[in-house]
Formats: sequence, structure tokens, C-alpha cells
Amino acid sequence: MSVVSNLKAPAGHVARPVFQLRGVSKSFARRNVQALDKVDLTLEQGQFASVIGASGCGKSTLLKIMAGLTPPSSGSVMLSGKPVLGPRRDIGMMFQQATLFPWRTTLENIVLPIEIQDGKKAALAVHDRAHALLDLVGLRGFDKVYPSELSGGMAQRAAMCRMLIAEPDVLLLDEPFSALDEISRDFMNMELQRICLERNATAFLVTHSIPEAVILSDVVYVMSPRPGRFVEAVQIDLPRPRTLDMLSDPLFGRYTKQIRGRLDKGAFI
Amino acid sequence: MSGIQPTVAGEGLPPDTIWDENLSWFDALPRAVSMFGLLVVFLGLWQLVTGLGLVSPIILPSPWRTAQDLVFVGQSLLSGNYMLAAFWITAQEVIFGFVLAVGIGVALGILVGETTFGERAVMPYIVAIDTMPKLAFAPLFVAWMGFGIASKVALAAFISIFPVVVGTAAGLHAADPNARMLFKSIGASRWQTLIKLKIPTGLPQFFTGVKIASISVVAGAIAGEFLGGGRGFGELIRVAASQLDTPRVFSLIIYLSLLGLMTFGTVVWIQKRFVFWHRDSNLQDSHK
Ligand SMILES: Nc1ncnc2c1ncn2[C@@H]1O[C@H](COP(=O)(O)OP(=O)(O)OP(=O)(O)O)[C@@H](O)[C@H]1O
Ligand SMILES: [Mg+2]
Repeated sequence: MSVVSNLKAPAGHVARPVFQLRGVSKSFARRNVQALDKVDLTLEQGQFASVIGASGCGKSTLLKIMAGLTPPSSGSVMLSGKPVLGPRRDIGMMFQQATLFPWRTTLENIVLPIEIQDGKKAALAVHDRAHALLDLVGLRGFDKVYPSELSGGMAQRAAMCRMLIAEPDVLLLDEPFSALDEISRDFMNMELQRICLERNATAFLVTHSIPEAVILSDVVYVMSPRPGRFVEAVQIDLPRPRTLDMLSDPLFGRYTKQIRGRLDKGAFI
Repeated sequence: MSGIQPTVAGEGLPPDTIWDENLSWFDALPRAVSMFGLLVVFLGLWQLVTGLGLVSPIILPSPWRTAQDLVFVGQSLLSGNYMLAAFWITAQEVIFGFVLAVGIGVALGILVGETTFGERAVMPYIVAIDTMPKLAFAPLFVAWMGFGIASKVALAAFISIFPVVVGTAAGLHAADPNARMLFKSIGASRWQTLIKLKIPTGLPQFFTGVKIASISVVAGAIAGEFLGGGRGFGELIRVAASQLDTPRVFSLIIYLSLLGLMTFGTVVWIQKRFVFWHRDSNLQDSHK
């Protein structure tokens, strides 16, 4: 753990950029909405970044562009040195809804990405890995259970396993735990941090919760609406690994205050 | 913190507070009893109306007379005479018509539900034809295919195909945006999305359409026989009615409904095996 946190020390190291967005804009001609305006963003290997902003300011749109689910109107998106021109298998995604399929057991849901990309045989071959992931998120023994028998939090944990099954380098998370109660949410956030540190994964999180953004992130981008653009990048210099105790740290309070102030200004422009 | 005490039962507390939910007595009856009771009331009223001579037996025969005929027709069916042959003809019309309706209906439904061309260009025609009085096509089918079973099969299929098309197309549209986005994000092809997402998601709607079809297909076959001179059960009904043999008409209709129940039951049975994850409120499990 300490090795990892040293690696991620904020100052004085040269990290490899993973994601590079330059001047990314998106407008929806149909409704004459400028959702994103010249967004620049660089994510480094192992970095955890969050974006926070008012509803409808373009966070999900940004995430979809990064994931190659929708093209930008202008600007460039590079992932590991290659332009993003469609869905990429080195990206793992998670959404607000778990979206497990009721006709598949939990295990079958988790190996779905492998089944789609490499076929049934390959999916069978990663069953061991899927079991290990289930253990990791505390769902041991739930592999043969159908999603209707999982609670909301358990379903979201299974969705997390599905995101991780293809061992992506980059995690794109669109409010993954916002449908959960606060207790499971805190727990899941700590799990997420642990997984990211363990794999040195790069993560980009969309959230509405300031404390969540601060406790998880190395940097929090504050976004303003219409058109969506970053108005501030707040570096969070809390040590890794973060713990829930830090929620009462005075430094933590200062960060949340700073972001809240920035949001209040930005939201009413 | 030490001031908090767990509640101990028994001290100063009343005993178990169990109370009855007030269900009126006829809501509380077991299902079998209430169904049987309703049947007795119905038969009693029927007997009353006919026994008092309020209506002529040609218009409404007594329940007893009808029951006798029911037994007679049942015996003829079992003995394998012309009635069984007629029943078998109608059954064939129903089965072939149903298979045809499902087969063509699914193909059209996929065309409409999965392609923009189908949705834009084909669907309006399907809706237009669906709004026509479809029975009026019966003479056409007879002219095209003759008085044999083919024209009845065609009419039965024609009448029951539309719910299959609509159910299939609606089912293919049922996958929610999140699920579609998930499939896109893991790089699924259009074909994979159809097979592994849209079809399973749409099965409940599909089966709803097929269930409606499984009922209307019998009506289609009988209408075909009425209008196109078949040799099935519809013809027996027509002949019995023309001879004012009302009890026979009743019992033939009751045996015919068995055919509908059979197709419907088969569909429900298949649905239960394939769509095990979907709780459907059909007759079988609505009150269990
Ligand atoms: N497919 C689309 N067609 C037209 N407009 C769209 C489309 N998708 C998003 N928009 C518009 O783009 C803007 C940004 O939407 P987006 O979903 O990115 O917001 P968001 O920041 O994720 O909001 P929330 O926090 O509520 O999830 C909104 O004004 C929305 O109406
Ligand atoms: Mg969003």
C-alpha cells in the first residue's frame, strides 16, 4: 500500500498521460443545446479524477464521449496514444443503474463483456476470475443467484465485478452509487479506492456528492452548465489510502467548502 | 448510552396484539368453492328461466338437455365418427394457422422492430391492414385457395397475425437506454445486441401477442368455415343451427373452446419455461 501511495504522491513525479482530451465540444443540433464547450482534460496513469456539476451540465455527455459511445462535435480524444473512435476494451464503465439482466445468473452477468468480446469459451475460462471478483466485493456464494434476489447494493457490486472482469486500465463511472443508501455508498467508495490502488487503474467519476468527490479523488473538476466547461480543478492533497475518518478532517472540510462555493457561483451564471 | 434498555415482553405489556383483517365472507371463500358456487347460481338461474317456460327451448334449451347433448357429442368424439373427423379438421386449421401466424408474425415483427426501414415503411401498411374488417377477406381467400382447409388456415393466420407482429416489435423496443448503452460500451455488435439483449428483454411482450393470437386463431378458423364452406366443427355448428338444434350448438361451442384452451395453455406453458424471470399475471397464477 505504501508503495502505491508513494507512486501517487502529488508532486515531483512524471506520470504517463492515459486520457487526453483537447478542445472537446458537443452540441446537440436537434435541440440546439451546446452540452460541452472546449473541454481539456488529461488523466494520468493511476489518477483518480472526479467531475462535479449541476444537473444537465454535460457530465454524462463527456463520459460517453470518453468511452467512445458518442462522437464529439469537435476536438480530439486520445486514450493511451490512440484516438478513441468507438467502444474500447481497455475501458470499463459503470452507470447509476446496475443493469443486470434477469435471465442471467450473477456470474453470467459478470462474464457478459467477455462473452460478447471473445465468445462463450472465453467467458467460461474467466469463471475463476469472476469468482475472485465476487469474493473481493463480498458476494461470495451469490454466483448462481438471479439478480431479482439481490439487493440494490449487491446488484451494484455485481455490476462493479462486470466492469472489472475484462481488467480495464481506465474506469469511467457515471454516478455509480448514487442510488445506494449512505452506508453502502461509503463502503462501496472505499472498495472502489482499494481496487483502483491495487490495479493502479485510472478512474474518472461523475458525481453529485461533494464529499464523495473529495474523499476519492486526486483532483476534482468543477463544471458549469450551458455550455458545459470546467471552471476549476481542485487538487486534493489528502494522503492515500483515504479513510472515512478523513471526512472529519479540517482539510477535508476546507476542500468541500471551496468546491461548494465554486458550484454556487457556477450554477447560476 | 447505558440508559437504553431492551424492551422486555410481559411486564405491563398486553399479550400478543393479533388482530383479524376484515375480509368479507365471500372474499374469504377458497377459490374452488367460489367458482363452484358461481357455477351453481348460473345453472340455477338457467334452469329457472327455462323451467318456467319463460323462453322457448329452441332459443334456450334447459341445462339438463344441454348436458345430455354434451355427453352425446363427447361419446361421438371418443367413438371416432364424423364428429372426430370434423374436430380434427378444425384442429388442423387452428394449428397450421397458428404456426403460420407466429412464423410470419415474428419475421414481420423483427423487420418492423429492428430496422428503421421496417418501422417507417412497413409498419404503416400493417396498421392500415389491421384496421380493416379482416373477416371481409374470407371470400377472397376462398377464391384464391378453394373450399379446402387452406383457405381456412389462411384466414385464421391472417386474423391472428397482428398481435404477434405488434408484440414482437414492441418487445424489441423494450430494452431500456441503460441496457443498450451497456451493450454498446462492451462492444456488442448489432446481431449480439439483438440476440442477447433485445430478444430476451422482449419475450414477455412477444408472448402477450402470441397468447392473444392463440385465442383469435380459433375464431378465425371457425369464421372461415362459416364463410367458406368447410367440413370442420364450424360446419357442424352451422348445420345444427339451421336445424334449430340449439343444445348441439351449445355443446359444439364448448368442445371448441377446449381447442382454444389447449393452444392458449400450450403457449402459457412454453412461456413459463422460457421467461422464467418474468412474473406474469395470467389466469394460472393470478390468485396464488
Ligand atoms: N441525446 C441527446 N439529444 C439532445 N440533447 C441531449 C442528449 N443528451 C443530452 N442532451 C442534453 O445535453 C445536456 C447535458 O446532458 P447530460 O446528460 O450530459 O447532463 P448531466 O450533467 O449528466 O446531468 P445529470 O447530472 O442530471 O446526469 C442537457 O441539457 C441535455 O438535455
Ligand atoms: Mg448524467
